[in-house]
Order: sequence, then structure tokens, then C-alpha cells
Amino acid sequence: MNEKIVIKSGRVLDPASHLDEILDVAVIDGKISEIGKSLNAEDSKVINAEGLWVCPGFVDMHVHLREPGQEDRETIASGALSAVYGGFTAVCCMPNTDPAVDSVGAVRYIIERAKSAGFAKVYPIAAITQKSEGKSLTNMASLFEEGAVAFSDDGRTVMDALIMRRAMEYARGIYTNGISAPISLHSIDENLARGGQINEGKISAILGLAGIPSCAETIAIARDIALAELTHAKVHFAHVSTKNAVQLIREAKSKGISVTAEVTPHHLALTDSELIGYDTRFKINPPLRSEEDRAALCEGLKDGTIDAIATDHAPHTQIDKDLPFDSAPFGTIGLETAVPVTYTILVKSGILSPLKWVEALSLAPCTIFNLPGGKLKVGAQADITVVDPSADFFVEPDNFKSLSKNSCFIGKKYSAKPVFTFIEGKCFSLCL
Amino acid sequence: MNKTSDNFNSSSIQSSALNSRHLIALEKLTCKEIELILETAREMKKVFIASKEGTRSVKKVPALQGRTVVMLFFEPSTRTRNSFELAAKRLSADVVSIAVSVSSTTKGESIIDTVRNLEAMACDIIVVRHKSSGVPELLSHKVRSAIVNAGDGAHEHPSQGLLDIFTLKERFGSIEGLNLLIVGDILHSRVARSDIWGLTKLGAKVTLVGPPTLVPQGLEMPGVEIQYDLDSALPSADAVMLLRIQQERMESTFFPSLREYSHRYGLNKKRLSLAKKHCVVLHPGPINRGVEIDSEIADGPRSVILDQVTNGVAVRMSILYLLAGKL
Repeated sequence: MNEKIVIKSGRVLDPASHLDEILDVAVIDGKISEIGKSLNAEDSKVINAEGLWVCPGFVDMHVHLREPGQEDRETIASGALSAVYGGFTAVCCMPNTDPAVDSVGAVRYIIERAKSAGFAKVYPIAAITQKSEGKSLTNMASLFEEGAVAFSDDGRTVMDALIMRRAMEYARGIYTNGISAPISLHSIDENLARGGQINEGKISAILGLAGIPSCAETIAIARDIALAELTHAKVHFAHVSTKNAVQLIREAKSKGISVTAEVTPHHLALTDSELIGYDTRFKINPPLRSEEDRAALCEGLKDGTIDAIATDHAPHTQIDKDLPFDSAPFGTIGLETAVPVTYTILVKSGILSPLKWVEALSLAPCTIFNLPGGKLKVGAQADITVVDPSADFFVEPDNFKSLSKNSCFIGKKYSAKPVFTFIEGKCFSLCL
Repeated sequence: MNKTSDNFNSSSIQSSALNSRHLIALEKLTCKEIELILETAREMKKVFIASKEGTRSVKKVPALQGRTVVMLFFEPSTRTRNSFELAAKRLSADVVSIAVSVSSTTKGESIIDTVRNLEAMACDIIVVRHKSSGVPELLSHKVRSAIVNAGDGAHEHPSQGLLDIFTLKERFGSIEGLNLLIVGDILHSRVARSDIWGLTKLGAKVTLVGPPTLVPQGLEMPGVEIQYDLDSALPSADAVMLLRIQQERMESTFFPSLREYSHRYGLNKKRLSLAKKHCVVLHPGPINRGVEIDSEIADGPRSVILDQVTNGVAVRMSILYLLAGKL
């Protein structure tokens, strides 16, 4: 690892320092050693980054790696490789595996499996309640000490408000560096959403599929904002999908309540009109919503109501996705398409500046989950993502490193591709 | 050709054809395609009903001789399955009926595998019914046979929609400008959706009537109106179709009781007197007498319920014939 690497003449984008300049970045021993103009590249491996964007390593704070228990869909190794090829240097994996990550042993298992794989860093998120059943709390402090970075019952909503309150209160007393353990919430009222397949509206009515009304999300988020206000917990809203939810979070933030939010590339890019034709690749929870909702999510990112972009990478086998629509599982993979999709929807269209986009993919998730990284800074670990913004291509399933191919972006055209991912200085060249 | 074919005027039909290999939804058909199916059905009806005096002695034509039609019903059905089966047989097709209880799907075989296995035995047309919306569409992307949707979840039931339109056209001469009331559980009704698409494409108006819990707002579109009070909707109706209250689809409470439903939306003699004199009554069957429709209405002079059943066979012959022409 003594190798010195110089990433030459790239557009260096560091949201933490508001840096946006053509510079060189030097890496020695897995750390960033220098950032500046015309750095000495003698005895170095030189990477010509002319025309490329050099960013802090992207971090996906919401993925499903399916191990343990569903290794035919994804494993920690295949998911971490998929992350690298998507330009992510780290991912946070949700605990709804089989068994759920509700024990210290399970947290340790994930950390060890990720280490031996040697691809992207994997930070486990532990369950809020045992088996994510919403009934009794996990040993949250022990799980946190073992390496869990946050808590979530993602895939389920803790429907009992008292249990949710207790989890938030308890999490407040668990610290690292004086910062409370974050709770990532899948907030969808399960009674209102029961049996629902897609967004409730004109399209669900025409297709004859049971709808999930958008208020199922707003009601649950309103409750959780009230609980966050009461408990002062560090509350993060996963995969926000509706206009009204964005507005609730905007108001909560303006009142000083400690809430943050993420949005997925698919909710930013697509609407429920994709469902015409019953293609189960578009069966996702929360569902693809209306154009009005989609536009509000972009606006929420722009004005800072929504902090981060996260994929909710949810691998499923073709066999499962080929079931009748109402029997097929929810979810789309997203790690290997997030960069092009969000670049195209947000940056190319002029909604976000390049710096703001990079922030939503790196600094913001690191800040919310109190993770290392997210900054290009001398002395920091060299987790770096290099993007070619000029690439234009169609998404093809054959190129995916993920074990699953259930992408809702297949066949669509996007711009920008990650071309190098550096993880603690280890360079992955992604050009095929 | 045997002697029954002389009344069967196929030459006027073959000049035009359907655009798709499958019949999945009336939403996807053009006006012209709907007219073609109806026109062909009129010819088909002559095969088994020669005139008002009675039926023909030999109710069969050889149009689908050598073709194999599979009835693949994942949901119980007597009326639709028998109607399709009879239609196929009157066209001289070989017919296989797969009862779901004896098929492999109970052993965990995927529906796509089931259909591919049937195809490996060289079938031409698969008539499929399934409780999940979208299954015929799914299959149409995965197989080479022609798929005919015989009802999928709450999506569509195109042959029922077509036979309803056929029956109305037979009665009124033209569809344009008619107002059809569809009363009851619109939310779960594939018949309602097919009727909406078919009738509005031909210029009729459809009024959806029922308790708000069973009438989705999303179906409001040009030519479609929503009303919650049957009595105030009836005076403008040219035809009323009652939908069966399907207890088995009621996963949660959509109305307080059958008694209250019947009180507000059941069609009885007194209510029907609010409608125009020429107003007819339809029902896709099977009927719940005393719930959505009183016996004296169902069996009365304004009922065209049995005409619907007769016309169902003609319309399904037309569908199978036209799809076979594209094989």
C-alpha cells in the first residue's frame, strides 16, 4: 500500500470546503496526502482525470444486502462489489435479513463478511425491535457498541407509537463522540397501506390494483415528527416519496426539530405511469408516486429539506419478480444506476449544482449517520469517487455486478458514469 | 364446407383484422377493432341461432378445425368458462380445460412454467382467468400463443364488456349517446372497467353508482360520471347494470351490512319505475336475488340478462375466430 497515486487535473468537488476547482489529488498509504495544483507525480501511478469529477467517496445509507438468509438475491460480497461499480465507497445495510439483525452476533457477522470481501465498506444498521416485529426493543446499546451505525425496522413501520417513543428516547442515551444514535424510519401507516400494490390514484383505479394512498406516508411521518419533537431523538426519514411528507419535514426543520431525510433515485426519476403494463420491476415500496410528488422531491433536495440520496437497493430474483403482480415482492436494485440517474435528473437538468449533488451522495449521509468520510481533506482516508459526466448510455442488466437484475431503469438512457472508485487508496477501475 | 356455413358470411369480415395477437383489455382496442368484433359476433350468432323462431339443427362451423384452445382458469367460473368452451366447440376447435385444483400450480409451479408446458403441447389460444390483475398481460409477454383474458382481478373482463355492448347495441341499434348506470362494487369489478372503456370509446356515457367506499375517484374521466345516490341517477338511465356484491373480495368493511346496501342500492320494482320506459336491466351474473336485484326485476320484461348469456357465446366465437386469423 506504499504506492503513491496522483489523480491529475480533475474537477475536484468537496462540499465540506465548498471546493470546486481543477486540481490534483495525491494519495499515499490509503490517505489523501495532498490536494493542489500541479502536484509532483514522480514515482506515482498517475490517473488522468481531465474532464472527470473527483468527489468524496459516495455513501449509500440505505441498501439491502440479503445476507444472511437470502443469498440467492445478493450477498454482502456481491452487494459490496455492486456498490464499488456504482461509485459507492461505503453502504449501510438494513437489518431485515433472515434472521433480522437484532443480535450482536449478526452485527459482527456482517462486519466480518464485509471485511473479507474487501470491496466497499459495509456499515450495519441494527433493528429497532426484536425481529423487527415492533414489539420489544433490541439491545440497542450493545448493538451500537458492536458497530451498528443506526437503527431501523425498515420494511416495516413500528405501528405502536409508545414503542416508537421508547426507542427514540432510549437511542438518545446512546452516543459516539457526543452524538446520539440515529434512527432511520420507514414511516408508512400499515393499516392504510394494507394490501396496497402501487400508488393510489388514477392508474391504480384503471389497472384494478389496490392502492397505497400517499397519506399512509404523511400520517406516519407526522406522528414520527411529533415523537422526535417530544424525545429530541436523531430521527431520519428513509425513502420519502410524497409532496406532503416533504412539506411536513420542511416545517419540522424550520421549527428546529432534529429530523433528516433521504430520497431514492427512482422516486426522483420515475412516476406511477411506469406501472401501465404491470411490470413488476416498478413494484416498489413506497410506491412510485405522481408527477407532482416527483417534482416536490426534487424541490425538497434543492432547498435542503431532503438531505441525502439513498438507493434502497432491494435485490430480488427473476423467479420472484415473475409472479402475478400482487404476489411479486416490492423493490428495485439501485446501486449501479444511482450516479447516472441522479446526475441526469438533478444536475444535467440544472436543479442541483454539482457540489450540492455530491453533498447529497457523500457528506450528507456521513453527517446523518456520523460516519467517517464524506470529505476530501488532507489526512483523511482516501475514499474517492471519480465520475465521467460526459458518458451517455442505456442501462443494461448484463453489466450489473449485483446478483439480481430487478432494476426499474433497464432500457432507459442516462448520462454520467463512475469510472474510478478508491477505497482507502485501493483503486477500482470501472471502465469495461 | 358443411351446409351450416352458408349463412356464415366470412368474406366481409376477413378484410380487416385485430391489431394485437392477444385480447387483454378493451382499453387497448380501437373503436374500429371493437366494431369488428361486434360485427363478427353478429355473423357468429347466426351459426347457432338462425332466426327468432329457433336454433339451427347443426350449430357448428369448421373455422377453427385443427386449432387447440386451452381454458386455463385459476379462479372458479362456470358461466364464462362454459361460454368460451361452447364458443370454441362451435368453431370446431379442440378444447382442453385445465381445472386449477388438479394443475401443478398447487405444487408450486410458477404460472409462466404452467403456460409454457401447455404451449409445449402445441396449443394455439389460451383463455386465462386469474384472481390477480395483470396476469394475462404478464403471460402475453412470455408465450407465443394468443392470450385471451377471461377476467383478471379487478382489471378487465373484455369478453364480458363486449357482450354487454353487443346486447345494448342489439336492443338500441346504436351505442352513441346512451347512458349506462353501473351500480355496486365498482372498486373490485373488472366488468365495470371493461364496460367503461368499451362504451365510452363508442360514444356512450357511463355513470358509476355505489357507496363511495366502492367507487374509486380515479375512474372519473371523459364520458364517466360518479354518483352516490341511485334514485337520483336512475331517471337519466337507458340501461342499468347491477354488479354482484362479491363477499369473497371484501377484505375489510366497505359498507355496514348487506341489508343497508340493499336498502340504498338494490334494484326493485319501485326504484326501476324512476327510470325511462325503455330502460333495460343487465347483470354479469351470477346474481344475488334479493341483494342487488329483486327476482321480479331479474325475471321481468326489462331484463336482458339471458340475452347477455346468449350473446356471450357469439362474442366469444368472434374473439376466438379473429385471433385464430392472426396465428
